[in-house]
Amino acid sequence: MSTDLETPLPTKFDVSDFDPRARRARSIRRLLLGTIALVAVLGLPWWVYPPIAVDIAAWALFAISVDLLLGFVGALSFGHAAFWGVSAYSAGLIAQNFGLPFPVAIVGGAIAAMIIAVPIGYLAVRRSGIYFAMVTLAFAQMIWFVANQWKDVTGGENGLQGVPKSFFGIELIETEAFYFYYVVVILIVAGAWLAWRIVNSPFGRVLVAIRDNSARTRALGYDVEKYKLIAFVLSAGIAGVAGGVFAISHGFVSLQELDWTTSGKVVLMTVLGGMGTLWGGPVGAAVIVLLEDRLATSGFDGIGIITGSIFILCVLLFRRGIWGTAKNLIDRARAGYAKRRS
Amino acid sequence: MTAGTDQRPLLSTRALTKNFRGFTAVRHVDLDVAVGSIHALVGPNGAGKTTLFNLLSGFLTPTSGTIILDGQDITGKQPENIAHLGVARSFQITSLFDNLTALEHLELALASPTGLGLRFWRSSRTLRRFRTRSLDLLDKVGMTDLADRNVGEFAYGQKRALELALALALDPKLLLLDEPTAGMSLEDVDRTIELVKQISAGRTVVFVDHNMHVVGSLADRVSVLQQGEILVEGTYDEVRTDEKVITAYLGQAQ
Repeated sequence: MSTDLETPLPTKFDVSDFDPRARRARSIRRLLLGTIALVAVLGLPWWVYPPIAVDIAAWALFAISVDLLLGFVGALSFGHAAFWGVSAYSAGLIAQNFGLPFPVAIVGGAIAAMIIAVPIGYLAVRRSGIYFAMVTLAFAQMIWFVANQWKDVTGGENGLQGVPKSFFGIELIETEAFYFYYVVVILIVAGAWLAWRIVNSPFGRVLVAIRDNSARTRALGYDVEKYKLIAFVLSAGIAGVAGGVFAISHGFVSLQELDWTTSGKVVLMTVLGGMGTLWGGPVGAAVIVLLEDRLATSGFDGIGIITGSIFILCVLLFRRGIWGTAKNLIDRARAGYAKRRS
Repeated sequence: MTAGTDQRPLLSTRALTKNFRGFTAVRHVDLDVAVGSIHALVGPNGAGKTTLFNLLSGFLTPTSGTIILDGQDITGKQPENIAHLGVARSFQITSLFDNLTALEHLELALASPTGLGLRFWRSSRTLRRFRTRSLDLLDKVGMTDLADRNVGEFAYGQKRALELALALALDPKLLLLDEPTAGMSLEDVDRTIELVKQISAGRTVVFVDHNMHVVGSLADRVSVLQQGEILVEGTYDEVRTDEKVITAYLGQAQ
């Protein structure tokens, strides 16, 4: 109560703004993380078969879009395949019918995903917890059904075949996946950057408040449903970029992209990597895509048993996921080190 | 008569009623709160005080009746709209954001009327423009030294103080405080009374509290609720000696 006006303002907040050593440590940490991320992004097609590298990149961004909702709004979407799939079909159709360069087709697909997300989100954000998950799942199943029936456009069970990879007049063929990766990775990084920007914006601050206590956020004058809807549509757009990249990369779109197992797989990646971190999704995506590739090439067909077991282990033992657990260990080690020094 | 009773009311309710599946939690309440007054709502558990608060702040929609704030009908409006019209509330159970710091809480409250919250393409550093005002508010409740701490690690009394700062950050015409001293130690109660007195200058306050010491020290007017109805209304001394009130609290005398 007796805070004297003479007392200088406290310097405890944003310690790093004032303490040069903490500031240096933080910038070193950022530089290190940035370098690792850059090397991983640029080096990926050198280490793994380039089409697999594109798959990892696409799934990584898809997982980031799910984490934006799960980790920062506290809403588990179990129907994100709808946005990945709608964008995949739309991007494929745009590339096929209009002969546009594939980055344009991918952006078009993302816009289609956002448009479809408006009515779905409008109904879903009014619910929370398991009901939110069920509403999103129900809509995704509905879209799957429509795609299955609407054979003239989607090709039904045969899928959409022969999607070209034209890039401003150049037709990329399968063997050029290595170069294709470096073009699409720009879109992937842009999507990831957008997610990062959203999380670290005033809007992101409101999202965290909604996650922690939505009634209180309303009492402060925030229209919680509007914020959740915007987050939902943005997340769908990011998922759409990922789905478009996947479709163009494979050159065809199948019903699998709209299947509920696709929604499940991306949630698995997000939780495995560590939700609420944004970085976790790409780690989880890399692990699952590589694992599936190894298991498939070795002729083992019980992939679901392996990924399912990993998921159960992760939920039981590493609630924070790979990234979250690693970060926790590093933080603890640093705290211990600081304690010993003082 | 006490000061303020002949002024126009800031808040009026007429025949305000809320039913929950056949159970009437608030029944035909006519309440007038004069501009600049501190008005206490008291009553035994289950008398409908918190339901009334939820109706006033838009968290519940009344079954019938009207709520007028400053001449404007706010019946059935959403909580966020009522907040923008100048009604801030605190919650009975401490209700904060565990993963945000005290400073971030206040920045969030101060940003609320500006629309900055929707800018997902801006850096969260833009919220720093509210830092000076946030620190002023924290200073008012004596918490500047906790500005950068996550609220999850706060002690109970500190959380309650932050609740007050947060409600104040909205610069409300009407401040609704739901049990501001619930579960507090005696010293904290006295500190809170001083705090509420200080922040209520120039504002209208409606509060609920079970502690008669708090009610006696703060309230200009007291409304006693029982089973959803206003039993008696008057000054603290009038109400304290009213036979109906004594009966409601202590039961029927022999």
